Amino acid sequence: MAILVVAEHDNSSLKSGTLNAVSAAQQIGSDVNVLVAGSNSRAVAVSAAQLTGVVKVIHADNACYEHQLAESVAPLVAEFGKSHTHVLAAATTTGKNLLPRVAALLDVAQISDIVEVKSEDTFVRPIYAGNALATVQSSDSIKVLTVRTTAFADAATGGEAIIEDTDFGVEQASTKFLGETLSVSARPELTSASIIISGGRGMQDGENFVLLEKVADKLGAAIGASRAAVDAGFVPNDYQVGQTGKIVAPDLYVAVGISGAIQHLAGMKDSKVIAAINKDEEAPIFQIADYGLVADLFKALPELEELLTE
Amino acid sequence: MKILVGVKRVVDANVKVRVKSDGTGMDLANAKMAINPFCEIAVEEAIRMKEAGVADEIIAVSIGPQVCQEQIRTALALGSDRGILVETEDQAEPLAVAKIFKAIIEKEEINLVILGKLSIDTDNNQVGQMIAALCNYPQGTFACSAEIKEGKIEVSREIDGGEQTVLLDLPAIVTTDLRLNEPRYASLPNIMKAKKKPIDIIQPSDLGVDISSNLKTLGIETPAERSAGVKVESVAELVDKLRNEAKVI
Repeated sequence: MAILVVAEHDNSSLKSGTLNAVSAAQQIGSDVNVLVAGSNSRAVAVSAAQLTGVVKVIHADNACYEHQLAESVAPLVAEFGKSHTHVLAAATTTGKNLLPRVAALLDVAQISDIVEVKSEDTFVRPIYAGNALATVQSSDSIKVLTVRTTAFADAATGGEAIIEDTDFGVEQASTKFLGETLSVSARPELTSASIIISGGRGMQDGENFVLLEKVADKLGAAIGASRAAVDAGFVPNDYQVGQTGKIVAPDLYVAVGISGAIQHLAGMKDSKVIAAINKDEEAPIFQIADYGLVADLFKALPELEELLTE
Repeated sequence: MKILVGVKRVVDANVKVRVKSDGTGMDLANAKMAINPFCEIAVEEAIRMKEAGVADEIIAVSIGPQVCQEQIRTALALGSDRGILVETEDQAEPLAVAKIFKAIIEKEEINLVILGKLSIDTDNNQVGQMIAALCNYPQGTFACSAEIKEGKIEVSREIDGGEQTVLLDLPAIVTTDLRLNEPRYASLPNIMKAKKKPIDIIQPSDLGVDISSNLKTLGIETPAERSAGVKVESVAELVDKLRNEAKVI
């Protein structure tokens, strides 16, 4: 039997988390199908079909899937999930919203946020904000899993899967989509950026984030923030890196004016290289930083920008 | 309108937890326990709805051993009207918890369920969505605002790219994110009054729910620690190291 990966997309392009979920699926077994539920989303099905190792793309194109509300998509995933051994999705806000609903419809458990595949029924997942790793075995007939995207590589492209259309559609009237406010940025997305520069409470106010932006533009970096900076209203909540925000693992993470609360570290400690700038030499962030600079960020950031210009 | 809130007993968020040396679990002996922070936000939201006159009664539910009554008492001191303890010594997994909630929702004719989006111990983020599936109710997960409007609830949800707003028919399930509200503290008079509020103690079997699970934890270990690197003296040295040593810029 095959493994089903639920694609995440915006009806025109596939989100990067799906590439990581497909990689995780390939570690479980070789027969991987991808389910694309959307509206006018042919382009997404076509890109999913190009992922290496994908055998079949199931494409449900229906107006009821336009906003991919869990109430509509879960019955579809559960219906197709029945003929699969595993159902996977990226552990993004979309995947986290959807997959437990699918698991309950299938009357099976879900294993959240897996970081390692031990075997077809055994997986490793972080608990206690990443302070511990639990190895969990499931004897359910269908294993429902969300995948921590930073723990698995991107699936390669170059495949040629078949696309099978389905007209399965669940109209539901009890949930109405009213709108979305999405941050528009020319910078890379936090969860897929190779360099991230993040600001914390030390930035003092939102306007000072322009100092980070100037450096980010030189590096082609995404901008993040600690929970303290988000709670203080410096930046919107989708900037938040940490246990309850986004989990990231870029090649370089630069923490500026961030003390290093455990909840923040849980979201970025798997970064390849961590650099920290903080005026407090006792800040916990220095205990995990590869390179630490004790300095006033208001002096260091303009200097950094200048040096990167050279 | 009747609101059901969940209050899970977890280790206090400020306690630094460690894995037991034999790898069977976390060392929580003598650790301070508290209401899961996301559940506190759920209780606060329910109280605000009652204060605004859109809710009549708030029922706080906890599932676990007898000591979970402490967390129910806290929810009562904050403003919940009564409590239900579903007593079990075994850890109930999210699917079983959802089945217990479904049984209570049906028995109590609940209009709105508010839960934390996750608990800070198991980090599952599943129960609200599972209840919604079992009851075939709409779900407003990771809420940063929730407002009752003409018999429906408008929920703004924190999503990866920003915010999404949905309008849900009642009954519905809402799960809380951090910025939904700032929970209050219980006042001493209210703590005293809470001692008189009723808590029903029932068993999962009373609700016809079997809490056995198909999940087995084989072991728990401490993740590899990251060690401190070097301190650099200047921005120029930092740039040099990143460029020539780490080769990341």
